Amino acid sequence: MTTVEAATTEVPLQINGRRHVVVLEPRVSLLDALREHLDLTGSKKGCDQGTCGSCTVWIDGRRVLACLTLAAAASGHEIVTIEGLADGDQLHPMQRAFIEYDAFQCGYCTSGQIMSAVKVIEEGNAGTDEDIGEFMSGNICRCAAYPNIRAAIRHVRDAAGGRS
Amino acid sequence: MNAVGTPVTRVDGPAKVTGAARYSAEISLPGMTYLAVVGATIASGRVTAIDAEAARAAEGVLAVLTPEDLPKIAAEPHLLPSLVGGPAPGESFFPMQDDIVQYAGQPVALVIAEEYEQAHHAASLVRISYQPTRSVTTIEQGRDQAYEADRLFGGLMPARSERGDVEAGLAGADVRVEVAYKMAANHHNPIEAPSTVATWDGGNLTLYESTQGIRATQQTVALLLGLPIARVRVITRFVGGGFGAKAMVWPNVTLTAMAARHIGRPVKLMLTRPQMFTSNGHREEQEQRITLGAARDGRLTAIRHEKLSITSPFDDWAEPATGVSSQLYGCQNYLGIHRLIKGNTMTPTFTRGPGESLGVFTLETAMDELAYQLAIDPVELRLRNHTPVDPFGNPWSSDGLMECLRLGAERFGWSERNPAPRATQDGEWLIGTGVASAAYPIAFFMPPQRARARIFADGSAIVQTSTQEFGTGVLTMATQVGADALGVALRDMEFQAGDSDLPNSTAAVGSAGAGMVSSAVHAAGTALREQLIALAVGDEKSPLHGAGPASVNVADGHLTSAERPGAVDTYRELLSRNHMSDAEALGTWRPPPLDTPHGLLTFGAQFAEVAVDPELGLVRVRRLNGAFAPGRVLNPLLAHSQLMGGMLWGMSQALLEGNHMDPRYGRWAETNLAEYLVPVNADAPDVHVDFVDVNDELVGPLGAKGVGEIGQVGVAAAIANAVFHATGRRVRSLPMAPELVMDPAAGGQ
Repeated sequence: MTTVEAATTEVPLQINGRRHVVVLEPRVSLLDALREHLDLTGSKKGCDQGTCGSCTVWIDGRRVLACLTLAAAASGHEIVTIEGLADGDQLHPMQRAFIEYDAFQCGYCTSGQIMSAVKVIEEGNAGTDEDIGEFMSGNICRCAAYPNIRAAIRHVRDAAGGRS
Repeated sequence: MNAVGTPVTRVDGPAKVTGAARYSAEISLPGMTYLAVVGATIASGRVTAIDAEAARAAEGVLAVLTPEDLPKIAAEPHLLPSLVGGPAPGESFFPMQDDIVQYAGQPVALVIAEEYEQAHHAASLVRISYQPTRSVTTIEQGRDQAYEADRLFGGLMPARSERGDVEAGLAGADVRVEVAYKMAANHHNPIEAPSTVATWDGGNLTLYESTQGIRATQQTVALLLGLPIARVRVITRFVGGGFGAKAMVWPNVTLTAMAARHIGRPVKLMLTRPQMFTSNGHREEQEQRITLGAARDGRLTAIRHEKLSITSPFDDWAEPATGVSSQLYGCQNYLGIHRLIKGNTMTPTFTRGPGESLGVFTLETAMDELAYQLAIDPVELRLRNHTPVDPFGNPWSSDGLMECLRLGAERFGWSERNPAPRATQDGEWLIGTGVASAAYPIAFFMPPQRARARIFADGSAIVQTSTQEFGTGVLTMATQVGADALGVALRDMEFQAGDSDLPNSTAAVGSAGAGMVSSAVHAAGTALREQLIALAVGDEKSPLHGAGPASVNVADGHLTSAERPGAVDTYRELLSRNHMSDAEALGTWRPPPLDTPHGLLTFGAQFAEVAVDPELGLVRVRRLNGAFAPGRVLNPLLAHSQLMGGMLWGMSQALLEGNHMDPRYGRWAETNLAEYLVPVNADAPDVHVDFVDVNDELVGPLGAKGVGEIGQVGVAAAIANAVFHATGRRVRSLPMAPELVMDPAAGGQ
């Protein structure tokens, strides 16, 4: 049995508008780079298999599963995590709506839910409750706060002037 | 102005929506290392050899531990539910003490490495040779070995419940109904995997642990490692869901502490999603059968309730299924028994709505069949069988069942229902509605619960106890209770938890958390308020000097007395005048005795509307209405969320969740969230929750009976009854997968 010597390399990552350089093995996922190397633990590891959505981040403005993305492959792209959503102390309207509508309980899937929720509206997939349900179904909430998540998304959609 | 009872948003909300809330695997410590657990791939037999050479040589590996390298545990673990307040191992077994394999996934080797990827890669290089023996992992394989259990829950509860003469009651009945169901195993699958960070400082161990019981963790690990309890500290800031998976203390916690001691550095373990199917218990595969006897007017004359399930080789564990069926309705003749098969699985454990959710499913689908047989409306049948007392003749500590059934029926529009099965259609879809009663026992096994309240010179205050937040909203609820008890504004109160160094609070399981914590916090806040009132009325410089302590009222930190109109003192001025930088008090709540002369159930009623595609067997839940009587509602926003989540769990139990053992290999067929179905957003309908107000003076000073389980109980029965109403067919297995709804014969009847 031979073992693969995994040489480390410097990987520049542009995260929440800041440039980081991390020394990583090539096999490190973006999620583990964020959580274990950059202490950005807001993106959650729920399954590490692309089934739960709790690691959802944005890459170049699209929602992406960080557990199925190699950190090296995200180099050169704009990454936004939950830590980059608020404007200083000013929460993003979706973050405020999640609190107001009690759209979470344990909070572990919440980062991924919010990162998806913002995009669902931008993508134009929040027109009806059925659409919201369908396009939010990549994010599992085991506490089953789903009706409240839909309410929070509706609120932000409608407050944004009916854009969807 | 009372904070209790108002819909305050979560105090931990900002931390959770910004990603700032730290869960146990998110603690960073200097020198952190990573642990990967190698699980057995056979279900029964022996490990004959472990070749760890390649793993030890792999880059970054610090140690590979096998049973030969691992120290022996200091004491044998004995399963006891964490609600009892002592050590609470999830099973009476600890792995890696010898070469025996008792179940697939059982830890057989540990790999510690500098990096996460290195640990998991090296774990894949460990070569283990086995000598397998024949395993039993399904009811079918072990049916002929079934035995009647004597006691359950580590001896805590009798497994048999009997009164009257059930056979005579059945023989004398005008009508009889017998139902039998197969229920697949369930897995909790919180989205946060069980996680541990262990770090030693000399002989002191600190664990950052994802648990529903930090004191249970502290005591269990101390016992197994032979440490004084005072040398083990458990810190739990946030837990990413529990649902029972983290209610007991499983071997991986102690193994992480052993690994950290072995290499002298902090160790982090986060179980993988597949490992969660074999590391923290499960709801066991089971069969239930109920026979009802009734008079022509619908009144029950006999209930016989039997459960058969698979347990581990080392524990008589069954989720107790007869606690509700033995009490919910008035009935002279009752027999409830639990039969077990020793199998090669880990010890099953509490899973949300433990035991009673399936027990009530069986009872309430049988009641539906009885209603049809007698042509009595199902709601009316339940009302006719209501009892104001428990089987010993003790009145309920508080009731509300009839009110829940009536209110729920009204809100749901039950009276417009055409009772005929398969009579309502909406396009291609068959439409059906169903009802079920809900009830869940309240258990007072816990020791005294304590909290500490402290106020500072500027009027800000804290209250502390060693509970933990796993989504119930306890941080918010306890802040509200603490503020009211002490008499300060909500903004001046902070509730602190998540540390075993704080005053005792028992594991939050079985819906007991809200009652225990609110009672202890109320006691501490009240004790401090009384102390400060006594100080004020005895203080010559206080405007309230000489007033009767009982006449003094405190709100927003201001003290007033009916005996001194217009006079006001404040906590701040009182402390300042007396040269005190703070004041503190400990509060204790003692639960009622186990033999309290009261019936102890929380009640509710569930209503469901389903649409069934008869060709594809798809069941879509269109409406879920629940009415509940959980006593005092401490925070209606959070209670609504808990009940809503529970109801959707019930929907999931009815339609989605189930795992099966592959009998050839004794391994679970489904070990990830793509195969083991849990509800996604599109599965979950909007849910309607109503509260029925009941006053309960027994369960604690605030009268809160808990909302964690009751939302789930009865939902699966209401849905199954609705599926029958829609299709005219009974599905005899859970979950009611499309292939079974399409063709009930495929359910293995």
